[in-house]
Amino acid sequence: MAVVSFLPPLLALAGAPLLLGVINRTKAVVAGRIGQPLLQVYFDLAKLLRKGAVYSRTTTWIFRAAPCVGLAAMLSAATLVPLGGGAAPVAFAGDLVLFAYLLGVSRVFTVLAALDTGSSFEGMGASREVTFSALAEPALLLALAALARQTGSLSLSAMYARIGVGWTTAAPAFALLAGALLLVFLTENSRIPIDDPTTHLELTMIHEVMVLDHGGPDLACILYGSALKLWLLGALLVGILVPIRSGSAGLDVAAAVGGLLTLAMLIGLIESSMARLRLTRVPQFLVGAGVMSAVALLLTLR
Amino acid sequence: MWTDTLLVFLALSSLLLLGSSRLTRCIRIVAFQGVVLGALTLAVHRDGLSVRPLLLAVAIVGIKGVAFPWVLSRVLRAGEVRREVEPFISYNVSLVVGALTLGLSFWWSARLPLPMPPVSSLIVPIAFFTTLAGLFVIVSRRKALTQVLGYLVLENGIYAIGIGLVAETPMVVELGVLLDVFVAVFVMGIAIFHINREFDHIDADRLAVLRDWSA
Repeated sequence: MAVVSFLPPLLALAGAPLLLGVINRTKAVVAGRIGQPLLQVYFDLAKLLRKGAVYSRTTTWIFRAAPCVGLAAMLSAATLVPLGGGAAPVAFAGDLVLFAYLLGVSRVFTVLAALDTGSSFEGMGASREVTFSALAEPALLLALAALARQTGSLSLSAMYARIGVGWTTAAPAFALLAGALLLVFLTENSRIPIDDPTTHLELTMIHEVMVLDHGGPDLACILYGSALKLWLLGALLVGILVPIRSGSAGLDVAAAVGGLLTLAMLIGLIESSMARLRLTRVPQFLVGAGVMSAVALLLTLR
Repeated sequence: MWTDTLLVFLALSSLLLLGSSRLTRCIRIVAFQGVVLGALTLAVHRDGLSVRPLLLAVAIVGIKGVAFPWVLSRVLRAGEVRREVEPFISYNVSLVVGALTLGLSFWWSARLPLPMPPVSSLIVPIAFFTTLAGLFVIVSRRKALTQVLGYLVLENGIYAIGIGLVAETPMVVELGVLLDVFVAVFVMGIAIFHINREFDHIDADRLAVLRDWSA
């Protein structure tokens, strides 16, 4: 195993909170504010880690385990996702399914912890999260299936190493895939237009309301886990959109990281220019993403 | 390559039509399909651009991309009806049905013996899908205006099959069909306008009984 294959997970560990900073800064600039420092999320994490946690008497061990399990799932997922054409440290046939369900494990535990608090608002958030992710999952899996079919491989690393060839033979399918993955990316990371990560109204929150009762190091785990999720799903999307294979591994990885930062700015622009969808319209948005993936799969199957 | 991209646009716009709730948006989607079909006419003729396909493309874009949307949005404005589609089948289910239909079209067209190889392997499934999507819009939507839109999409699908299979259809035939559609849409537009004036709605579902018949 090459040393360079440890670069993607290490970059993810180090750079993930920066993406949130870039998104916030872009939104601030568009709104005409100076905004928080780019490294604010790191400061928040350091602050949260120094604090203690408070647990309600209603909660059980699930509530305490959930942040750790969520972060552990994200850390495991980080070892599977390649960046810039090089292989990830762990790669085997079928690891794309493992990736999808590691995201699922983290979600299930967040939802269980939310239900564990016995708060009705958190129950509402949990219900919405499960509804929307049930619709987002087919879109993600179909998109990965189309990618696997097109590149003739079942491992994320091998798939992403061969993306560049796919663009020359099946550009429409790849454009559809990228579109579907962008919608999944926005949903899974609870960004506008699905969910507003900065909202303070419990009634309209989806992801944020589920973590209201967590504090201190637990909240730090959740925050860092969601930053990692943003980075990893972003890496899947950027891997398709920036298929630069110059031959030098360092240059490829640098291009991919540049792509991720651009993606973060794009998300900031989307969040500044769009309103949230009405909750009843969200399923339609996700079914649309699923249909885009399905069309991409059909185009590659023929 | 261009043909494939345009065909994917055609399929996506039909899917978008199945998921759209605003009538103005639906009209714009159908207008976009007209423009795509015009471009497709040019893309299919590889052997240099002669005058005939160019003329046909201009006619298609002019009629399907400009004239029809103008007539239909005029009817919509004059009618002052509710500008929503009011489907019998929800948008989500329509989208899923659309995706299944697309799959069915791919499966079916792979088994269809063709008289000659088409210009692109995508053209038969996607044209077939567009036809079915138009049919689905006709049966699953309540408003008379959406039925006109469905009819137009259906016709777009038939036209796409035509240019895909026989690139050299006599131009007289194509222009004749275009003229037929033109007249049909004008008649339907006028009919919708009058239905609306008479009954204060364009709900095709409630036009089931003839007045003279029931009397």
